[in-house]
Amino acid sequence: MLLSGLPLTLWISFGGIVIGFTLALIFGLMSLAPTRILKWPAVAYIEVFRGTPVLVQVLFIFYGLPQLLGQPINAIAAGIAAIAVNSGAYFSEIVRGGVQSIDRGQTEAGLSSGLSSAQTFYYIVWPQALRRMIPALGNQCIVSIKDTSLFAVVGIGELVRQGRLYIASHFTAMEVYLMVAVLYLCITLSLSLLLRWLEHSGLVGE
Amino acid sequence: MIDANARATTIVEMRQLNKHFGSLHVLQNIDLTVAPGEVVVVIGASGSGKSTLIRCINGLEEFQSGELIVEGQTLQPYGKSKRALRAIRKEVGMVFQQFNLFPHRKVIENITLAPRKVKRKDKAAAREQAQTLLDRVDIGNQADKYPSQLSGGQQQRVAIARALAMEPQLMLFDEPTSALDPEMIGEVLDVMRELARAGMTMIIVTHEMGFAREVADRVIYVDKGQIIEQGKPADVFDAPQNERTRSFLARVLKH
Repeated sequence: MLLSGLPLTLWISFGGIVIGFTLALIFGLMSLAPTRILKWPAVAYIEVFRGTPVLVQVLFIFYGLPQLLGQPINAIAAGIAAIAVNSGAYFSEIVRGGVQSIDRGQTEAGLSSGLSSAQTFYYIVWPQALRRMIPALGNQCIVSIKDTSLFAVVGIGELVRQGRLYIASHFTAMEVYLMVAVLYLCITLSLSLLLRWLEHSGLVGE
Repeated sequence: MIDANARATTIVEMRQLNKHFGSLHVLQNIDLTVAPGEVVVVIGASGSGKSTLIRCINGLEEFQSGELIVEGQTLQPYGKSKRALRAIRKEVGMVFQQFNLFPHRKVIENITLAPRKVKRKDKAAAREQAQTLLDRVDIGNQADKYPSQLSGGQQQRVAIARALAMEPQLMLFDEPTSALDPEMIGEVLDVMRELARAGMTMIIVTHEMGFAREVADRVIYVDKGQIIEQGKPADVFDAPQNERTRSFLARVLKH
């Protein structure tokens, strides 16, 4: 019964992180743009979602947004959206920092050998930046996975919610929460191992 | 008519070029023409503007006023002429003080990247050309290593090969030996000497005065953003006309 929350936790985490990273590619790169029209919306997005509590964002999406739209929204989609916009803001900062950490000389070498700005970015700057970003991206993934536990408050049947339901009928809080904690740890540890392997495999940044 | 002829016989033509960095006047009314096959060495103290001068030629630095024609392409002030800039960069190779090799790519890939992506060379042809260039700079056996596995001198030779791979009409060298250990300077200068002998047009910023005297067709002394003096190496080094040139040379040639 407890385990039935696991697929949902995984699914929301996965969907949220993938969409979040996609958002980061857009907003992170926009925040690096020299023109204000691109830069400011990105900065606004990042600041708003980094600067407000995740729980408030979750509650807003679950209860505020349906009111705004005038129709109920699918709970799982709302969960994924919450993780996506929140992690997207942090991922954006990681993308920006990663790209900025690459020496200006790399760009100059690319441009002066005749590559366009886009080619220089794609073939030279980005692969190096991505590799440097892996540890920070991994960190944020772990934070986001743990953030899905907040969805228990809004009634999504993820791990924590399932745990609480189980406790309600069996009165075994200690064992169940320990079990829940262990399950989270299993997910995050597998992710850590995967990322560590990825960092040294040469698959990223080659 | 005269102008058209002039253009056919010059690779770089700079007229009254000015560059400001905030309140700093980095380049002041620079006039400079470089003919095909000419080897021009730019000397001067750190911060004199000599690096900035050659970085204007391939648009790594913008200038605010003046005229700059490279390979028949006119560069506008404030880097406005994107198309000309791109065309120039395909024809002008550059070698940097810090090498700036791509650390995530093997030596051979450092060299083949631009020919493949810009000139659409196929992989085999690009690799063959790269190998020939590596042999030419005497590191043919290092093709499959990563830049970090090479010594500074070897890395700089890879950087030269990378620039040559685009078959440039002009090569810019921005203090190519300044970041090298003393024992590796010679091998890089040898490669540059060989290039000069082969007829490559080169503009070189360097502190290697012996090399300048030997290889340059013309030496230019830059101070505080101005060309103070220029001429044949023998004239500039042995009989400098300007007091500032004299005191600079006295300082650098003493040791």
